[in-house]
Amino acid sequence: MSTQDYAARISRIIQDHQSEIGAEWVAQLEALTVRSTVVSKEQLRNHCQQFLAAFANAVRAGELQNIDHRSWDEVRDLLAEISSTRARSGSTPSETATFVFSLKQPLFAHLRSGFAGDAEGLADTSWTINTLLDKLGLFTIENFQRTRDQIIVRQQQELLELSTPVVKLWNGILALPLIGTLDSARTQVVMENILQKIVDTGAAIAIIDITGVPTVDTLVAQHLMKTIAAARLMGADCIISGIRPQIAQTIVHLGVNLEDVTTKASLADAFVVALERTGTSIVKHGAKA
Amino acid sequence: MDRIPILRMGDLLLVTIQVDMHDRLAMTLQDDLTERIVSDGAKGVLIDISALDLVDSFIGRMISNTAAMARVLDAQTVVVGMQPAVAITLVELGLTLHGVKTALNVEKGMALLGKNYF
Amino acid sequence: MSAAHNTAVSFETGLLDKHRPWRTARLSLPLRTDEDVVYLRKHVREHAVAIGLSLVDQTKLVTAASELARNTIKYGRGGDVHLDDLLDGLKKGIGLIFVDNGPGIPDLDLALRDGYTTGGGLGLGLSGSKRLCDEFEIDTRPGEGTAVCVVKWKR
Repeated sequence: MSTQDYAARISRIIQDHQSEIGAEWVAQLEALTVRSTVVSKEQLRNHCQQFLAAFANAVRAGELQNIDHRSWDEVRDLLAEISSTRARSGSTPSETATFVFSLKQPLFAHLRSGFAGDAEGLADTSWTINTLLDKLGLFTIENFQRTRDQIIVRQQQELLELSTPVVKLWNGILALPLIGTLDSARTQVVMENILQKIVDTGAAIAIIDITGVPTVDTLVAQHLMKTIAAARLMGADCIISGIRPQIAQTIVHLGVNLEDVTTKASLADAFVVALERTGTSIVKHGAKA
Repeated sequence: MDRIPILRMGDLLLVTIQVDMHDRLAMTLQDDLTERIVSDGAKGVLIDISALDLVDSFIGRMISNTAAMARVLDAQTVVVGMQPAVAITLVELGLTLHGVKTALNVEKGMALLGKNYF
Repeated sequence: MSAAHNTAVSFETGLLDKHRPWRTARLSLPLRTDEDVVYLRKHVREHAVAIGLSLVDQTKLVTAASELARNTIKYGRGGDVHLDDLLDGLKKGIGLIFVDNGPGIPDLDLALRDGYTTGGGLGLGLSGSKRLCDEFEIDTRPGEGTAVCVVKWKR
């Protein structure tokens, strides 16, 4: 028998017994699944039926070695959708791959009866289908990983945005509290954000408050200095506030030159300096001249 | 473009650089500005680089030289609108633009030059 | 635009093929006139945008290209630049190789020092470009020529 004939025969077997295979498959899955709340029974049944139909179609096309072929597009899309949904709702990668692998038993049972009397044909078919389902199972896992990675990247971006809040203290005076540990990559992004915000708000002075930064190493100190130099080139100035005793020690120890940078222990002090520089002062009501 | 246009507002000269300048064009601008400071009796020069996405050492030197020559001719220079990416690159390059005043935009630049038209 | 340049620079250097295993495309341009520098900047910017470099990284690469191109014309008496698109696994990058048949650099250490210049410039071309890029390599032989290779990878 040619490959095409085999393919057609397998496809027919699946289609003829689609509902039985489907029911046995769902029974398998329900038995294996520990948490049935992740995917509802109804949804599971739908997925199985859709997959079987698409699978039978794809098999009939005859491309049994290459799941990247056009004829497998529908199956791959379906699996991608299923694994994305499960990734988002908290399934594990194995639970998702099990969806594909647990089809083997019911399918082989029916293939055995369909190929009764043709031992060689059955052996070949079993091997082909086994390999096919393995590939599809792996595809499901890869897809799962990719969805999870996308979620992680998006969360990282959101975290990054949260970590550079901008507070407009007064006309032309910005406060930029830095929060959390600064690794080299994050520091660069944060610094670029600070400069962009200075441009966006047209601030004359940016107070970079590092109260929320536990440690400052050489790299962070360097980036801080570069940011201040860049801000000055652009026409704004920076004041560093929130320098804790330990950080002051580290800075001196590292030999960082802070001579022409104004530094204050508290944001309040830095604000007063900034006000003076922009020609504003705070006057108490009722103060005697 | 042959030359970068220089506008005059009272005793202020305003230049907006909007093209990617080749070295010769930059030199021509430097010469033109120096000449106009004298011929127009300008007291201030405002160079708007908000459209420049690149400032290398040659352009940096052109700006420094222009400011230095203007100072000799009793005029002040302010450079405005430097983009953050350009500023970061200049710092990394090691260019300081010493002796050049800068401001975030034209309005602030004018204020720096003592002109409050807005 | 400079005249059609058919005489390739004859400075033999291993830098030309240093990144061959990862090279997916090469654009070779002449560096003879001021306009050539502007043209190169445009191309580098386009390629940098195409591989998704951040704005700051784009600017750094184009600036380094401008500095090195100027060096090639001013000190190297004109030469070529090769713009390579690189792919290392999934990591994309851009490589620039500047070659000339000029007098070469006699004292490399001195030349790489900030502020050192023989041409009245700011002396930041070589040292600055090194700081602006991820990789920097130079091959120079006095009397024969110079080749400078810089690479910037997408982070």
